[in-house]
Parts: sequence; structure tokens; C-alpha cells
Amino acid sequence: MSGVTLPTAGWRAWLLSERPGSALQARLGQGWLAWVAFRRNRLAMLGLGLVLLLLLVAALAPWISPYDPNLQNLRLRLQPPGADHWLGTDELGRDILSRILHGARITLYIVTLVVVIAAPVGLLVGTLAGYFGGWVDATLMRLTDIFLAFPRLILALAFVAALGPGIDNAVIAIAITAWPAYARVARAETLTLRGADFIAAVRIQGAGPLRIVGRHIMPLCLPSVIVRITLDMAGIILTAAGLGFLGLGAQPPAPEWGAMISTGRAYLLDQWWVATIPGIAICLVSLGFNLLGDGLRDLLDPKRRGG
Amino acid sequence: MTAPTLPAAPPRLFGSRLTRRARSLGGLLISVALTFLGLLCITFVIGRVIPIDPALAIVGDRAPTHVYERVREELGLNLPLWRQFAIYVGQVLQGDFGTSILTGRPVAEDIARVFPATLELATIGILIGVVFGVPMGVLAAVHRDRWPDQLVRVVGLVGYSVPIFWLGLVGLLIFYARLGWVGGSGRLDFFNEGIAPSVTGVILIDAAVAGEWGVFRNALHHLALPAALLGYFSLAYISRMTRSLMLEQLNQEYVVTARVKGVSEARVIWVHAFGNILVPLITVVALSYASLLEGSVLTETVFAWPGLGRYLTNALLAADMAAVLGATLVVGLIFVGVNLLSDLLYRLVDPRAR
Repeated sequence: MSGVTLPTAGWRAWLLSERPGSALQARLGQGWLAWVAFRRNRLAMLGLGLVLLLLLVAALAPWISPYDPNLQNLRLRLQPPGADHWLGTDELGRDILSRILHGARITLYIVTLVVVIAAPVGLLVGTLAGYFGGWVDATLMRLTDIFLAFPRLILALAFVAALGPGIDNAVIAIAITAWPAYARVARAETLTLRGADFIAAVRIQGAGPLRIVGRHIMPLCLPSVIVRITLDMAGIILTAAGLGFLGLGAQPPAPEWGAMISTGRAYLLDQWWVATIPGIAICLVSLGFNLLGDGLRDLLDPKRRGG
Repeated sequence: MTAPTLPAAPPRLFGSRLTRRARSLGGLLISVALTFLGLLCITFVIGRVIPIDPALAIVGDRAPTHVYERVREELGLNLPLWRQFAIYVGQVLQGDFGTSILTGRPVAEDIARVFPATLELATIGILIGVVFGVPMGVLAAVHRDRWPDQLVRVVGLVGYSVPIFWLGLVGLLIFYARLGWVGGSGRLDFFNEGIAPSVTGVILIDAAVAGEWGVFRNALHHLALPAALLGYFSLAYISRMTRSLMLEQLNQEYVVTARVKGVSEARVIWVHAFGNILVPLITVVALSYASLLEGSVLTETVFAWPGLGRYLTNALLAADMAAVLGATLVVGLIFVGVNLLSDLLYRLVDPRAR
């Protein structure tokens, strides 16, 4: 770490101590070093900023929105961006800025739920396949390969077609397409850990396979899986927006960004703002996750920088 | 292969190598067959096990019970699930995907009719992606961490972050409505339709064969924007992969050796290093060609392009499950097929993979 300024303040010295007094201190010290390295990547910081902005907007939407997102005012329909409505109004006279701000909540809801469903499944499948090997590995990996054989959006479309349109069904469909990638990463990581001495030591102490996988392997797979998830976020957001655009995701009047683009399509040539502005919101958020994920990956594996 | 790559294993006798190859090829085919069966399993589960009752969808909820029962019988829904699955596999193997409710024709026939439009779009798209993406990736690798690299990185990241349907709409707004540089939606202006007889279904080829250059120009006009869009998205992926493949090669010792020997830099890059990434690069291109099918779903919807993607979305909106599952299965099969082809190619060209 040549770029790190020498520890001067007390807390920094404590963090960077060569002989940490507790596991917590060591962990915090590692975290601090990682943050210092991360901070130097300007693009990744931009990504972090965009993601934080999404969180903030989603949390504060009801308080920072100038209007009710579903308040219709047909006398003021399709107003161009101006002083009263900064981003204009849509075909029912609803304030687009307020709808974008509230839409952040829907986007966050979708990605959070997808990750909560898909990440544990992927982690479990991957670690079990990697740890047990043999036919368990062969079966589970064949299963993931089959799911990976469909392009994501098309598999999600087929599931939504069967389940019926709606935001929760869209979440389920996207989660079904998301877990195989996490399983792959977790398996690869497990394969490198399986033969490690500390695993052998735990096994000799009498730990069963489930305990070894759950307590010792899974936690060490987490960083790579988290990076994979961050890089995947943009894909999840784009798939959700695509479903919304096709009318299969969130249903009206929910201010979902993809669905907003879809309704704005009818007014594209004369009232460009209705369709284009929600798209910019989608771009910013997925760009944020991509930049952040790239930065995190560099941090985890400097060899593959930008690769 | 111009550059020396050391074989990972010592050379084997001809006979034993051949049996090994046959065995690994057999394993590959078995795994493809299993994947194929798995694909069918997924579409079967989506179609039969999930709540919507196919018999009810056909007769409607006001039909008398005996009609409903007869339709159930005809569809084989009273049989045990594994029998139904076996019948389904048998039908698909014979190319029978069922009948579309929307068009009233066999789904296989429908797909054969709409597929050339998608093929045309995706082929032009991948050409754009390769022609621009590969040199960009090489350039980025050679100028690592300097501005060309950063530029390629940003172009790629934007490609990963933009919703394709939105970019399509913005493109229509700017290049069609405002500037008038490209044709609008559809494959042709209506007055050009039906002039060139449809032989292949690919309008560019049909028009060229018939010598209808006006139709050809018009088709190109309509193709330009959607193909450029798909091209951009494959470019984002191809340039990124080319970059990392090239970086791997440029760090090898043979590159240093070649430079020390006084080989010109252009030759080192384009002959020695690039020659070595050709095989994996072909896999990358093949995969992104197949994934353009995914991009085509939304692109075709935006541009009213009568291909597989729009067929799928129209079927979705009409809850025409036979058509949805047929189209999904075809896309899955193309994916598996392209994967298999690139795998075989790998084995054929790269001695280490044998």
C-alpha cells in the first residue's frame, strides 16, 4: 500500500496495528485497508455514489416527491418539463419526477427480493456440489447448466407467462434465472477451499459435512458471491424493466420505470420526455451497480483488473 | 497457430488418442442429450404443472362438464405425469410443438416462418459487433490503462447498463423522426412489400436474387437501426472479452521473445498474440450471436419486426402457451447447439482441449 498515508490519528493507528488485540480489530483493519484501496478507484466511487443515491431516494421518496405519484390531473396532461413539473407530466397528468422517485422503491424491492431468494439457493447448491463432488456435483451442475442454457429474459418470460403478470411473479421468475450463476461461483470457490488444511483440521475435530459447509465454507464463498451479485444487479434491473415494458411486470398504476417507458411509447414523437426520462433513471442505477461491481471485483482479485 | 504453445500433455500414440477422443466426444454428446432433456423438462413443467389449466383455456369456463372432460382426455391430461412427459418428448422430437391458439397454425410452422427475420437481424448485428468490437478490444489491451482502454471500458459498461428497448425508442426518436436517416418500424415500407418473391425469408437475399435493388435499399434502411442496436450490445461483450483474452496473451513469454527477435509490434499483436486468441474468440462470438436472440425479443417489439422475438411476446400477451413454450424451447435449443458447436470447434483446433 504505497499510496496509504502513514497512520497519524489514533484510530487509524489502531486500525492498522501490526498486532491486533482482537478478531474485531483485525477485521476492521482489513476493512479499512480495502476501503482505502477502493477509494482510489474513481469510477467505483461513482458507482457507490449512484447506488447510495438509489437507497436514499427509495427511503425518502414520500418526503422529497413534490406530488403524489398517482395523482391525476387531466388538465395538465403531457406538460413539458418546466418550473411546476421539473420533468413534465405523463398522459394522465401525473408528475413524472414524483413517479421516478417512487419507482426507485419498486426497483429496490425487486432487486432485494430477487437476491434474498436467489443468493441462498445458489450458495447452497454451489457449496454442496463443490464439497461433496461425485454424483452430487454432477447432478447439481447439470441442473445449473440446464437453467443457464436459456437466455435469461426468455426463461423469465416463459415463467411469467405461466404464473401470470405481476411484480411478485416477475420477482420469482427473475430469481429462477438468477441462482445458477451464483451456484457456479460458489462451487468454484468451494473447490479451492475443499482441500485446505483448516478444513481437514475441522473434519478431524469431528465436524460433520453440513457443519463444515455451513460454518466454514459458505462464509468464505460470500465475498465472491457478493461481487457476482453486484455485477448481476444491472442484469436483474434490466430484466425487470423489460418485463415491465412488455406489461408483464409491475401493473399500473405502479410507477415502475419499464412500464412508464411502455406507456410513454405512444407519445414518443411529440412528448419525448414521457418515455425517455424513466430510461435515464434505469441507466443510472444499472450503471451504478456495474461500476460498483467492477470496483469490488478489482478489490477481490487485482489480477483480473477490468478483465 | 503461429505462436508456439506448449502441449500440456506428452504426445500420445495415434490409436490411444483416437479412442480417448471418441470417449470424450461420447461424453459430450451424452451431456448435450441430458441438457436437451432438461430443457424439455423445464418447458413441460411450465406448461403443465403450473396453475393455468390448458383444457379450461381451450374450452372456456362456461363449457359443460362433459366437453371439458373430453378435451382433458384429448390433451392426455388424465394420464400420469411421466406418461404425459414421455408423450411430450416424443412430439417435440418429431418437430410437433402443438398448435398456436393465436394463429391457428402449428407452432413449428409459425416459427419457421418468422425465424428468417430474426436471423437476418441478428446476423447483421453480430457482424457489426465483430467488426467494431474485436479491434476495440485489441486496442484496449495494447493501450492498457490509457485512454483507449478507458474509452472501451466505458462504452462496454454503458452497453451493459442501458435497457435495449429504451435505446431503441431513443434511436427511433432521433434517427427516424428527427433526422429521417433510417426507416421506421417493420422490415419494409408497405409499398415495397411482396415485390421480391420470398424464397429464403431473408429480405436482403430475396431482393438481391430478384434484382429488386429498390427493395434491397429499403430493407437496409429499415434494418440499419435495430441491427446497429443489437450490434452495440454484442460489441460491448465482444470487446470486453477480446481485451481480457489479449491481455492474457500479451503477458506470455513468447511475446517477449518475439519482440526481442525484432518482430514488428504490429506483427506481434496481430499475428502472434491475436492468432492465439482466435479459438476462444470464436466461442465468444458464437455465444453472443446466440444471446442476440434474447436482445431481439425487446428490439423486435420496439421496431415491430416480425421475427421470433415478437412472435414470442405476442403469444405471451395472448397467453398462447403452446407458442410461448415452442419459441422458448427453440431458443434454448439454439443456445445448446451453438455451445456444442463451439465446444467441438475448440476440440478440433486446440490440441490441449482434446
